[in-house]
Amino acid sequence: MSNIKLSLRNLTKAYGSHVVLNDISLDIAEGSVVTLIGPSGSGKSTLLRCLNLLEPIDDGEIHLDGVDISLPGLDANPIRRRIGMVFQNFNLFPHMSVMENIILSPTRTLGVNKALATTKARELLERFGLGDKADSYPDQLSGGQQQRVAIVRALAIEPEVLLLDEITSSLDPELVGEVLDVVRELKASGMTLVLATHEMGFARDTSDVVCVLDGGRIIERGHPSQVFTAPTSDRAQQFLQSIINSGRL
Amino acid sequence: MATTTSRRAAYEQARKRRSIAVATVSSLIVVTAIVLIVPNMPRWDRVRHSFFNGERFRDSLPHLLRAFVLDIKIFAWSAPLILVFAMLVAMARNSRSPALFPLRALTIAYTDIMRGVPVILWIYLIGFGVPGLGMDRPWNSPLLWGSVALVLTYSSNVAVVWRAGIESVHESQRAAARSLGLSNWQTMRFVIIPQAVRRVVPPLMNDLVSLQKDVALVSLIGPIEILRQAGIDKSKFANFTPFIGAAVIFLCITIPLTRTTDYLIERERRRTTGTKVR
Repeated sequence: MSNIKLSLRNLTKAYGSHVVLNDISLDIAEGSVVTLIGPSGSGKSTLLRCLNLLEPIDDGEIHLDGVDISLPGLDANPIRRRIGMVFQNFNLFPHMSVMENIILSPTRTLGVNKALATTKARELLERFGLGDKADSYPDQLSGGQQQRVAIVRALAIEPEVLLLDEITSSLDPELVGEVLDVVRELKASGMTLVLATHEMGFARDTSDVVCVLDGGRIIERGHPSQVFTAPTSDRAQQFLQSIINSGRL
Repeated sequence: MATTTSRRAAYEQARKRRSIAVATVSSLIVVTAIVLIVPNMPRWDRVRHSFFNGERFRDSLPHLLRAFVLDIKIFAWSAPLILVFAMLVAMARNSRSPALFPLRALTIAYTDIMRGVPVILWIYLIGFGVPGLGMDRPWNSPLLWGSVALVLTYSSNVAVVWRAGIESVHESQRAAARSLGLSNWQTMRFVIIPQAVRRVVPPLMNDLVSLQKDVALVSLIGPIEILRQAGIDKSKFANFTPFIGAAVIFLCITIPLTRTTDYLIERERRRTTGTKVR
Protein backbone atom coordinates (compact mmCIF):
# COMPACT_ATOMS: atom_id res chain seq x y z
CA MET A 1 0.00 0.00 0.00
CA SER A 2 1.53 3.28 -1.07
CA ASN A 3 1.41 6.52 0.89
CA ILE A 4 -1.69 8.66 0.97
CA LYS A 5 -0.68 11.91 -0.74
CA LEU A 6 -3.91 13.83 -0.54
CA SER A 7 -6.76 13.09 1.81
CA LEU A 8 -10.18 14.75 1.66
CA ARG A 9 -12.28 14.43 4.79
CA ASN A 10 -15.97 15.32 4.82
CA LEU A 11 -15.40 18.21 2.47
CA THR A 12 -18.40 20.53 2.10
CA LYS A 13 -18.82 23.63 0.01
CA ALA A 14 -21.87 25.76 -0.70
CA TYR A 15 -22.59 28.95 -2.61
CA GLY A 16 -25.28 30.52 -0.48
CA SER A 17 -27.91 27.84 -0.05
CA HIS A 18 -26.72 25.87 -3.07
CA VAL A 19 -24.60 22.94 -1.86
CA VAL A 20 -21.92 22.20 -4.48
CA LEU A 21 -19.88 19.64 -2.59
CA ASN A 22 -21.59 17.50 -0.01
CA ASP A 23 -19.53 15.53 2.51
CA ILE A 24 -16.81 14.33 0.15
CA SER A 25 -14.20 11.96 1.56
CA LEU A 26 -11.46 10.53 -0.64
CA ASP A 27 -7.92 9.26 -0.21
CA ILE A 28 -5.53 9.75 -3.11
CA ALA A 29 -2.46 7.53 -3.09
CA GLU A 30 0.92 8.87 -4.15
CA GLY A 31 1.54 8.22 -7.85
CA SER A 32 -2.05 7.26 -8.57
CA VAL A 33 -4.44 8.66 -11.16
CA VAL A 34 -7.85 9.57 -9.77
CA THR A 35 -10.52 10.54 -12.28
CA LEU A 36 -13.69 12.47 -11.52
CA ILE A 37 -16.56 11.92 -13.93
CA GLY A 38 -20.18 12.93 -13.77
CA PRO A 39 -22.71 15.23 -15.40
CA SER A 40 -22.06 18.97 -15.78
CA GLY A 41 -22.64 20.80 -12.54
CA SER A 42 -21.95 17.72 -10.43
CA GLY A 43 -19.08 19.50 -8.64
CA LYS A 44 -15.98 18.12 -10.41
CA SER A 45 -14.43 21.49 -11.19
CA THR A 46 -15.31 22.98 -7.84
CA LEU A 47 -13.66 20.03 -6.12
CA LEU A 48 -10.44 20.60 -8.06
CA ARG A 49 -10.52 24.33 -7.34
CA CYS A 50 -10.94 23.57 -3.65
CA LEU A 51 -7.95 21.23 -3.71
CA ASN A 52 -5.87 24.08 -5.19
CA LEU A 53 -7.24 26.39 -2.48
CA LEU A 54 -8.67 28.71 -5.13
CA GLU A 55 -12.01 28.25 -3.39
CA PRO A 56 -12.25 28.11 0.38
CA ILE A 57 -14.13 25.08 1.69
CA ASP A 58 -16.89 25.53 4.26
CA ASP A 59 -16.38 22.37 6.23
CA GLY A 60 -14.14 19.34 6.35
CA GLU A 61 -10.39 19.08 5.89
CA ILE A 62 -7.86 18.59 3.11
CA HIS A 63 -4.62 16.89 4.13
CA LEU A 64 -1.46 16.98 2.05
CA ASP A 65 1.10 14.44 3.32
CA GLY A 66 -0.92 14.27 6.51
CA VAL A 67 -0.89 18.02 7.15
CA ASP A 68 -4.13 19.97 7.13
CA ILE A 69 -3.83 22.55 4.35
CA SER A 70 -7.41 23.77 4.57
CA LEU A 71 -7.03 25.61 7.87
CA PRO A 72 -8.59 29.04 7.43
CA GLY A 73 -5.94 31.76 7.51
CA LEU A 74 -3.12 29.55 6.27
CA ASP A 75 -0.87 31.13 3.62
CA ALA A 76 -2.06 29.37 0.48
CA ASN A 77 0.81 30.40 -1.83
CA PRO A 78 3.45 27.88 -0.70
CA ILE A 79 0.84 25.11 -0.78
CA ARG A 80 -0.30 25.98 -4.30
CA ARG A 81 3.30 25.55 -5.45
CA ARG A 82 3.06 21.91 -4.36
CA ILE A 83 -0.26 21.35 -6.16
CA GLY A 84 -0.26 22.38 -9.81
CA MET A 85 -3.40 23.01 -11.81
CA VAL A 86 -4.27 23.03 -15.52
CA PHE A 87 -7.52 24.60 -16.73
CA GLN A 88 -10.08 23.86 -19.41
CA ASN A 89 -9.32 27.08 -21.30
CA PHE A 90 -5.55 26.91 -20.85
CA ASN A 91 -5.41 30.36 -19.20
CA LEU A 92 -1.98 31.12 -20.62
CA PHE A 93 -0.87 34.72 -20.13
CA PRO A 94 -1.39 36.22 -23.60
CA HIS A 95 1.12 39.05 -23.16
CA MET A 96 3.99 36.69 -22.44
CA SER A 97 5.87 34.30 -24.69
CA VAL A 98 5.73 30.58 -23.99
CA MET A 99 9.08 30.79 -22.18
CA GLU A 100 7.98 33.77 -20.06
CA ASN A 101 4.76 31.96 -19.14
CA ILE A 102 6.74 28.98 -17.93
CA ILE A 103 9.50 30.71 -15.95
CA LEU A 104 7.30 33.37 -14.33
CA SER A 105 6.47 31.40 -11.21
CA PRO A 106 9.85 29.60 -10.77
CA THR A 107 11.77 32.88 -10.97
CA ARG A 108 9.34 35.01 -8.97
CA THR A 109 8.11 32.65 -6.29
CA LEU A 110 10.78 29.97 -5.96
CA GLY A 111 13.72 32.33 -6.47
CA VAL A 112 15.27 30.15 -9.18
CA ASN A 113 17.67 32.22 -11.27
CA LYS A 114 16.54 32.97 -14.78
CA ALA A 115 19.23 30.97 -16.60
CA LEU A 116 18.48 27.81 -14.64
CA ALA A 117 14.71 28.24 -14.99
CA THR A 118 15.12 28.71 -18.74
CA THR A 119 17.25 25.58 -19.08
CA LYS A 120 14.72 23.53 -17.16
CA ALA A 121 11.85 24.99 -19.16
CA ARG A 122 13.63 24.05 -22.40
CA GLU A 123 14.03 20.48 -21.20
CA LEU A 124 10.31 20.30 -20.39
CA LEU A 125 9.33 21.81 -23.74
CA GLU A 126 11.56 19.30 -25.57
CA ARG A 127 10.08 16.45 -23.59
CA PHE A 128 6.57 17.38 -24.70
CA GLY A 129 7.44 18.12 -28.32
CA LEU A 130 7.33 21.90 -28.01
CA GLY A 131 11.05 22.60 -28.35
CA ASP A 132 10.58 25.11 -31.17
CA LYS A 133 7.78 27.07 -29.47
CA ALA A 134 9.68 28.80 -26.65
CA ASP A 135 9.52 32.23 -28.29
CA SER A 136 5.99 31.94 -29.66
CA TYR A 137 3.06 33.75 -28.11
CA PRO A 138 -0.02 31.78 -27.02
CA ASP A 139 -2.24 33.10 -29.82
CA GLN A 140 0.22 31.70 -32.39
CA LEU A 141 -0.30 28.15 -31.12
CA SER A 142 -3.02 25.59 -31.73
CA GLY A 143 -5.31 24.67 -28.84
CA GLY A 144 -3.46 21.41 -28.30
CA GLN A 145 -0.11 23.17 -28.19
CA GLN A 146 -1.46 25.81 -25.81
CA GLN A 147 -2.74 23.16 -23.46
CA ARG A 148 0.59 21.31 -23.53
CA VAL A 149 2.33 24.61 -22.73
CA ALA A 150 -0.08 25.09 -19.83
CA ILE A 151 0.86 21.64 -18.54
CA VAL A 152 4.57 22.47 -18.86
CA ARG A 153 3.96 25.73 -17.01
CA ALA A 154 2.31 23.85 -14.17
CA LEU A 155 5.14 21.28 -14.12
CA ALA A 156 7.82 23.97 -14.00
CA ILE A 157 7.09 24.62 -10.32
CA GLU A 158 7.72 20.90 -9.72
CA PRO A 159 4.42 20.16 -8.01
CA GLU A 160 3.78 16.95 -6.10
CA VAL A 161 0.20 16.70 -7.33
CA LEU A 162 -1.27 17.90 -10.62
CA LEU A 163 -4.95 18.79 -10.98
CA LEU A 164 -6.34 18.65 -14.52
CA ASP A 165 -9.71 20.35 -14.96
CA GLU A 166 -11.37 19.09 -18.18
CA ILE A 167 -8.21 19.91 -20.06
CA THR A 168 -9.43 18.49 -23.37
CA SER A 169 -12.98 19.88 -23.29
CA SER A 170 -12.30 23.00 -25.35
CA LEU A 171 -10.06 21.30 -27.92
CA ASP A 172 -10.92 20.31 -31.47
CA PRO A 173 -11.40 16.52 -31.58
CA GLU A 174 -8.24 15.89 -33.58
CA LEU A 175 -6.14 17.71 -30.95
CA VAL A 176 -7.39 15.77 -27.94
CA GLY A 177 -5.00 12.87 -28.53
CA GLU A 178 -1.78 14.88 -28.23
CA VAL A 179 -2.85 16.26 -24.85
CA LEU A 180 -3.96 12.87 -23.52
CA ASP A 181 -0.57 11.46 -24.57
CA VAL A 182 1.03 14.01 -22.26
CA VAL A 183 -1.18 12.87 -19.40
CA ARG A 184 -0.23 9.23 -20.04
CA GLU A 185 3.41 10.19 -19.91
CA LEU A 186 2.89 12.03 -16.62
CA LYS A 187 1.25 8.93 -15.19
CA ALA A 188 4.18 6.82 -16.36
CA SER A 189 6.59 9.24 -14.64
CA GLY A 190 4.80 8.62 -11.34
CA MET A 191 3.06 11.98 -10.92
CA THR A 192 -0.03 12.00 -8.70
CA LEU A 193 -2.90 13.15 -10.91
CA VAL A 194 -6.45 14.19 -10.12
CA LEU A 195 -8.48 14.92 -13.20
CA ALA A 196 -12.00 15.83 -14.18
CA THR A 197 -12.88 14.69 -17.67
CA HIS A 198 -15.56 13.78 -20.15
CA GLU A 199 -13.17 11.46 -22.06
CA MET A 200 -14.63 8.19 -20.81
CA GLY A 201 -12.40 5.88 -22.83
CA PHE A 202 -9.35 7.64 -21.47
CA ALA A 203 -10.74 7.53 -17.92
CA ARG A 204 -11.33 3.79 -18.24
CA ASP A 205 -7.88 3.01 -19.63
CA THR A 206 -5.70 5.33 -17.55
CA SER A 207 -7.27 5.74 -14.10
CA ASP A 208 -6.44 3.81 -10.96
CA VAL A 209 -9.60 5.07 -9.31
CA VAL A 210 -12.73 6.51 -10.91
CA CYS A 211 -15.23 8.56 -8.91
CA VAL A 212 -18.67 9.34 -10.26
CA LEU A 213 -19.97 12.63 -8.89
CA ASP A 214 -23.58 13.70 -8.87
CA GLY A 215 -25.15 16.60 -7.01
CA GLY A 216 -21.94 17.23 -5.08
CA ARG A 217 -21.58 13.65 -3.80
CA ILE A 218 -19.39 10.77 -4.82
CA ILE A 219 -22.05 8.23 -5.76
CA GLU A 220 -19.73 5.56 -7.07
CA ARG A 221 -16.03 4.88 -6.73
CA GLY A 222 -13.62 2.13 -7.53
CA HIS A 223 -11.35 0.64 -10.15
CA PRO A 224 -12.51 1.60 -13.66
CA SER A 225 -13.13 -2.05 -14.57
CA GLN A 226 -15.73 -2.20 -11.82
CA VAL A 227 -17.22 1.31 -12.14
CA PHE A 228 -17.64 1.15 -15.90
CA THR A 229 -18.99 -2.39 -16.10
CA ALA A 230 -20.84 -3.02 -12.86
CA PRO A 231 -21.81 0.22 -11.11
CA THR A 232 -23.74 -0.41 -7.93
CA SER A 233 -25.90 2.73 -7.64
CA ASP A 234 -28.88 3.41 -9.92
CA ARG A 235 -27.82 6.98 -10.62
CA ALA A 236 -24.33 5.92 -11.70
CA GLN A 237 -25.84 3.22 -13.90
CA GLN A 238 -28.08 5.82 -15.55
CA PHE A 239 -25.18 8.21 -16.13
CA LEU A 240 -22.94 5.53 -17.63
CA GLN A 241 -25.79 4.16 -19.74
CA SER A 242 -26.41 7.64 -21.21
CA ILE A 243 -22.75 7.88 -22.10
CA ILE A 244 -22.72 4.49 -23.72
CA ASN A 245 -25.89 5.35 -25.64
CA SER A 246 -24.35 8.57 -26.94
CA GLY A 247 -21.47 6.54 -28.31
CA ARG A 248 -18.78 8.06 -26.12
CA LEU A 249 -17.60 4.82 -24.59
CA MET B 1 -6.10 35.18 -64.18
CA ALA B 2 -9.53 36.31 -65.33
CA THR B 3 -9.52 38.96 -68.06
CA THR B 4 -13.09 40.17 -67.59
CA THR B 5 -14.13 41.90 -64.37
CA SER B 6 -16.30 39.82 -62.11
CA ARG B 7 -19.92 40.76 -61.55
CA ARG B 8 -19.10 41.69 -57.97
CA ALA B 9 -16.14 43.92 -58.94
CA ALA B 10 -18.19 45.74 -61.59
CA TYR B 11 -20.92 46.44 -59.04
CA GLU B 12 -18.39 47.70 -56.46
CA GLN B 13 -16.78 49.99 -59.04
CA ALA B 14 -20.08 51.54 -60.04
CA ARG B 15 -20.96 52.11 -56.42
CA LYS B 16 -17.58 53.69 -55.71
CA ARG B 17 -17.90 56.08 -58.68
CA ARG B 18 -21.29 57.14 -57.44
CA SER B 19 -20.07 57.81 -53.85
CA ILE B 20 -17.16 59.89 -55.18
CA ALA B 21 -19.56 61.97 -57.29
CA VAL B 22 -21.88 62.59 -54.33
CA ALA B 23 -18.97 63.52 -52.04
CA THR B 24 -17.49 65.93 -54.58
CA VAL B 25 -20.76 67.73 -55.20
CA SER B 26 -21.64 68.09 -51.52
CA SER B 27 -18.15 69.38 -50.63
CA LEU B 28 -18.32 71.92 -53.42
CA ILE B 29 -21.66 73.19 -52.17
CA VAL B 30 -20.39 73.64 -48.59
CA VAL B 31 -17.14 75.36 -49.63
CA THR B 32 -18.92 77.66 -52.06
CA ALA B 33 -21.43 78.61 -49.41
CA ILE B 34 -18.69 79.54 -46.95
CA VAL B 35 -16.65 81.45 -49.55
CA LEU B 36 -19.70 83.35 -50.77
CA ILE B 37 -21.52 83.99 -47.52
CA VAL B 38 -18.86 84.78 -44.91
CA PRO B 39 -17.02 87.56 -46.83
CA ASN B 40 -20.38 89.16 -47.57
CA MET B 41 -21.27 89.51 -43.91
CA PRO B 42 -21.54 93.21 -42.98
CA ARG B 43 -18.47 93.38 -40.72
CA TRP B 44 -16.25 90.71 -42.25
CA ASP B 45 -13.49 93.25 -42.95
CA ARG B 46 -13.26 94.14 -39.26
CA VAL B 47 -13.17 90.52 -38.19
CA ARG B 48 -10.53 89.66 -40.75
CA HIS B 49 -8.41 92.56 -39.60
CA SER B 50 -8.61 91.77 -35.89
CA PHE B 51 -8.57 87.93 -35.96
CA PHE B 52 -6.73 86.97 -39.14
CA ASN B 53 -4.05 89.60 -39.30
CA GLY B 54 -0.93 88.13 -40.93
CA GLU B 55 1.40 90.79 -39.58
CA ARG B 56 0.19 90.45 -35.99
CA PHE B 57 0.38 86.69 -36.34
CA ARG B 58 4.05 86.89 -37.29
CA ASP B 59 4.76 89.39 -34.51
CA SER B 60 3.20 87.34 -31.72
CA LEU B 61 4.25 83.85 -32.83
CA PRO B 62 7.75 83.95 -31.21
CA HIS B 63 6.27 85.12 -27.87
CA LEU B 64 3.60 82.46 -28.04
CA LEU B 65 6.04 79.68 -28.80
CA ARG B 66 8.30 80.78 -25.94
CA ALA B 67 5.30 80.80 -23.56
CA PHE B 68 4.14 77.42 -24.87
CA VAL B 69 7.30 75.86 -23.43
CA LEU B 70 5.73 76.38 -20.00
CA ASP B 71 2.57 74.52 -21.12
CA ILE B 72 4.73 71.64 -22.26
CA LYS B 73 6.62 71.66 -18.97
CA ILE B 74 3.43 71.56 -16.90
CA PHE B 75 2.16 68.74 -19.09
CA ALA B 76 5.46 66.89 -18.89
CA TRP B 77 5.59 66.78 -15.12
CA SER B 78 1.84 66.38 -14.53
CA ALA B 79 1.19 63.49 -16.95
CA PRO B 80 3.54 60.90 -15.36
CA LEU B 81 2.35 61.87 -11.87
CA ILE B 82 -1.26 61.44 -13.00
CA LEU B 83 -0.63 58.01 -14.50
CA VAL B 84 1.15 56.73 -11.38
CA PHE B 85 -1.13 58.32 -8.79
CA ALA B 86 -4.25 57.16 -10.67
CA MET B 87 -2.89 53.61 -10.78
CA LEU B 88 -2.39 53.67 -7.01
CA VAL B 89 -5.95 54.93 -6.55
CA ALA B 90 -7.31 52.24 -8.87
CA MET B 91 -5.41 49.51 -7.05
CA ALA B 92 -6.55 50.75 -3.65
CA ARG B 93 -10.10 50.82 -4.96
CA ASN B 94 -9.79 47.23 -6.23
CA SER B 95 -8.11 45.88 -3.09
CA ARG B 96 -9.93 42.98 -1.46
CA SER B 97 -8.54 42.93 2.04
CA PRO B 98 -11.09 43.96 4.69
CA ALA B 99 -8.30 45.80 6.54
CA LEU B 100 -8.07 48.22 3.63
CA PHE B 101 -11.72 49.26 3.86
CA PRO B 102 -10.90 52.83 5.03
CA LEU B 103 -8.55 53.24 2.05
CA ARG B 104 -11.26 52.02 -0.33
CA ALA B 105 -13.79 54.40 1.16
CA LEU B 106 -11.29 57.24 0.85
CA THR B 107 -10.66 56.55 -2.84
CA ILE B 108 -14.40 56.46 -3.53
CA ALA B 109 -14.87 59.81 -1.83
CA TYR B 110 -11.83 61.20 -3.68
CA THR B 111 -13.03 60.18 -7.15
CA ASP B 112 -16.57 61.38 -6.48
CA ILE B 113 -15.50 64.79 -5.23
CA MET B 114 -12.79 65.39 -7.84
CA ARG B 115 -14.89 64.27 -10.77
CA GLY B 116 -17.94 66.15 -9.59
CA VAL B 117 -16.41 69.67 -9.68
CA PRO B 118 -15.14 71.48 -12.81
CA VAL B 119 -11.36 71.44 -13.28
CA ILE B 120 -11.23 75.21 -13.41
CA LEU B 121 -12.84 75.47 -9.99
CA TRP B 122 -10.24 73.16 -8.46
CA ILE B 123 -7.48 75.24 -10.04
CA TYR B 124 -8.89 78.34 -8.40
CA LEU B 125 -9.49 76.68 -5.03
CA ILE B 126 -6.14 74.91 -4.76
CA GLY B 127 -4.10 77.48 -6.71
CA PHE B 128 -5.23 80.44 -4.61
CA GLY B 129 -6.21 78.62 -1.43
CA VAL B 130 -3.09 76.67 -0.55
CA PRO B 131 -0.55 79.48 -1.18
CA GLY B 132 -2.84 81.56 1.03
CA LEU B 133 -1.63 79.49 3.98
CA GLY B 134 1.47 81.68 3.93
CA MET B 135 4.19 79.15 3.14
CA ASP B 136 7.58 80.43 1.98
CA ARG B 137 8.94 80.12 -1.53
CA PRO B 138 8.92 77.86 -3.45
CA TRP B 139 5.91 76.37 -1.67
CA ASN B 140 3.63 79.29 -2.45
CA SER B 141 4.04 79.10 -6.23
CA PRO B 142 0.77 79.16 -8.15
CA LEU B 143 2.54 77.11 -10.81
CA LEU B 144 3.11 74.33 -8.28
CA TRP B 145 -0.42 74.34 -6.87
CA GLY B 146 -2.02 74.77 -10.27
CA SER B 147 -0.19 71.63 -11.36
CA VAL B 148 -1.26 69.84 -8.19
CA ALA B 149 -4.88 70.73 -8.99
CA LEU B 150 -4.46 69.28 -12.48
CA VAL B 151 -2.87 66.11 -11.13
CA LEU B 152 -5.63 65.59 -8.56
CA THR B 153 -8.52 66.20 -10.95
CA TYR B 154 -7.10 64.24 -13.85
CA SER B 155 -6.05 61.35 -11.63
CA SER B 156 -9.63 60.82 -10.55
CA ASN B 157 -10.63 60.32 -14.20
CA VAL B 158 -7.62 58.26 -15.13
CA ALA B 159 -8.14 56.05 -12.06
CA VAL B 160 -11.54 55.11 -13.44
CA VAL B 161 -9.91 54.16 -16.75
CA TRP B 162 -7.21 52.09 -15.02
CA ARG B 163 -9.81 50.37 -12.95
CA ALA B 164 -11.91 49.46 -15.97
CA GLY B 165 -8.76 48.04 -17.56
CA ILE B 166 -7.94 45.95 -14.49
CA GLU B 167 -11.48 44.60 -14.32
CA SER B 168 -11.53 43.78 -18.04
CA VAL B 169 -8.89 41.09 -17.50
CA HIS B 170 -10.73 37.81 -17.15
CA GLU B 171 -10.92 36.21 -13.71
CA SER B 172 -9.41 33.00 -15.14
CA GLN B 173 -6.10 34.83 -15.59
CA ARG B 174 -6.07 35.53 -11.87
CA ALA B 175 -6.95 31.90 -11.13
CA ALA B 176 -4.08 30.69 -13.32
CA ALA B 177 -1.61 33.04 -11.66
CA ARG B 178 -2.70 32.14 -8.15
CA SER B 179 -2.62 28.43 -8.96
CA LEU B 180 1.05 28.89 -9.84
CA GLY B 181 1.66 30.18 -6.32
CA LEU B 182 1.95 33.86 -7.19
CA SER B 183 0.86 36.20 -4.43
CA ASN B 184 -1.97 38.67 -4.92
CA TRP B 185 0.52 41.49 -5.52
CA GLN B 186 2.64 39.44 -7.95
CA THR B 187 -0.52 38.48 -9.84
CA MET B 188 -1.39 42.16 -10.19
CA ARG B 189 2.10 43.22 -11.18
CA PHE B 190 3.01 40.50 -13.70
CA VAL B 191 -0.32 39.26 -15.03
CA ILE B 192 -3.21 41.69 -14.56
CA ILE B 193 -1.69 45.17 -14.92
CA PRO B 194 0.38 44.49 -18.08
CA GLN B 195 -2.77 43.27 -19.83
CA ALA B 196 -4.87 46.12 -18.44
CA VAL B 197 -2.39 48.76 -19.63
CA ARG B 198 -2.50 47.48 -23.21
CA ARG B 199 -6.26 47.67 -23.27
CA VAL B 200 -6.63 51.19 -21.92
CA VAL B 201 -3.93 52.97 -23.93
CA PRO B 202 -6.49 54.54 -26.32
CA PRO B 203 -8.78 56.00 -23.63
CA LEU B 204 -5.71 57.17 -21.70
CA MET B 205 -4.47 59.01 -24.78
CA ASN B 206 -7.83 60.79 -24.92
CA ASP B 207 -7.35 61.98 -21.37
CA LEU B 208 -3.81 63.13 -22.13
CA VAL B 209 -5.02 65.16 -25.11
CA SER B 210 -7.55 66.85 -22.83
CA LEU B 211 -4.82 67.48 -20.27
CA GLN B 212 -2.62 69.12 -22.90
CA LYS B 213 -5.43 71.63 -23.51
CA ASP B 214 -6.46 72.09 -19.90
CA VAL B 215 -2.92 73.07 -18.95
CA ALA B 216 -3.93 76.50 -20.30
CA LEU B 217 -6.38 76.84 -17.39
CA VAL B 218 -3.42 77.27 -15.03
CA SER B 219 -2.95 80.72 -16.63
CA LEU B 220 -6.00 81.88 -14.68
CA ILE B 221 -4.03 81.89 -11.43
CA GLY B 222 -0.98 83.70 -12.78
CA PRO B 223 1.70 81.79 -14.68
CA ILE B 224 2.44 83.25 -18.09
CA GLU B 225 1.84 80.33 -20.39
CA ILE B 226 0.57 80.53 -23.94
CA LEU B 227 -3.01 81.61 -23.26
CA ARG B 228 -1.95 84.40 -20.91
CA GLN B 229 0.79 85.47 -23.34
CA ALA B 230 -1.81 85.62 -26.09
CA GLY B 231 -3.91 87.86 -23.83
CA ILE B 232 -0.93 90.15 -23.23
CA ASP B 233 -0.19 90.40 -26.95
CA LYS B 234 -3.86 91.02 -27.64
CA SER B 235 -3.81 94.03 -25.34
CA LYS B 236 -0.50 95.27 -26.76
CA PHE B 237 -1.60 95.07 -30.41
CA ALA B 238 -5.29 95.74 -29.73
CA ASN B 239 -5.84 92.70 -31.96
CA PHE B 240 -7.21 89.20 -31.38
CA THR B 241 -4.90 87.43 -33.84
CA PRO B 242 -2.60 86.12 -31.05
CA PHE B 243 -5.46 83.91 -29.87
CA ILE B 244 -5.66 82.39 -33.35
CA GLY B 245 -1.90 81.88 -33.12
CA ALA B 246 -2.31 80.07 -29.79
CA ALA B 247 -5.05 77.89 -31.27
CA VAL B 248 -2.83 76.96 -34.21
CA ILE B 249 0.01 75.97 -31.87
CA PHE B 250 -2.34 73.78 -29.80
CA LEU B 251 -3.61 72.10 -32.94
CA CYS B 252 -0.06 71.27 -34.02
CA ILE B 253 0.21 69.14 -30.88
CA THR B 254 -3.32 67.79 -30.43
CA ILE B 255 -4.11 66.71 -34.00
CA PRO B 256 -1.17 64.27 -34.26
CA LEU B 257 -2.07 62.99 -30.77
CA THR B 258 -5.73 62.40 -31.62
CA ARG B 259 -4.84 60.76 -34.95
CA THR B 260 -2.50 58.41 -33.10
CA THR B 261 -5.25 57.66 -30.58
CA ASP B 262 -7.72 56.83 -33.35
CA TYR B 263 -5.15 54.55 -34.94
CA LEU B 264 -4.60 52.74 -31.63
CA ILE B 265 -8.34 52.38 -31.02
CA GLU B 266 -8.79 50.95 -34.52
CA ARG B 267 -5.91 48.53 -34.03
CA GLU B 268 -7.28 47.35 -30.68
CA ARG B 269 -10.74 46.97 -32.22
CA ARG B 270 -9.41 44.91 -35.09
CA ARG B 271 -7.46 42.72 -32.70
CA THR B 272 -10.39 42.00 -30.40
CA THR B 273 -13.58 41.98 -32.46
CA GLY B 274 -12.82 39.84 -35.50
CA THR B 275 -14.02 40.17 -39.07
CA LYS B 276 -16.00 43.26 -39.99
CA VAL B 277 -19.58 42.77 -41.18
CA ARG B 278 -20.95 45.07 -43.84
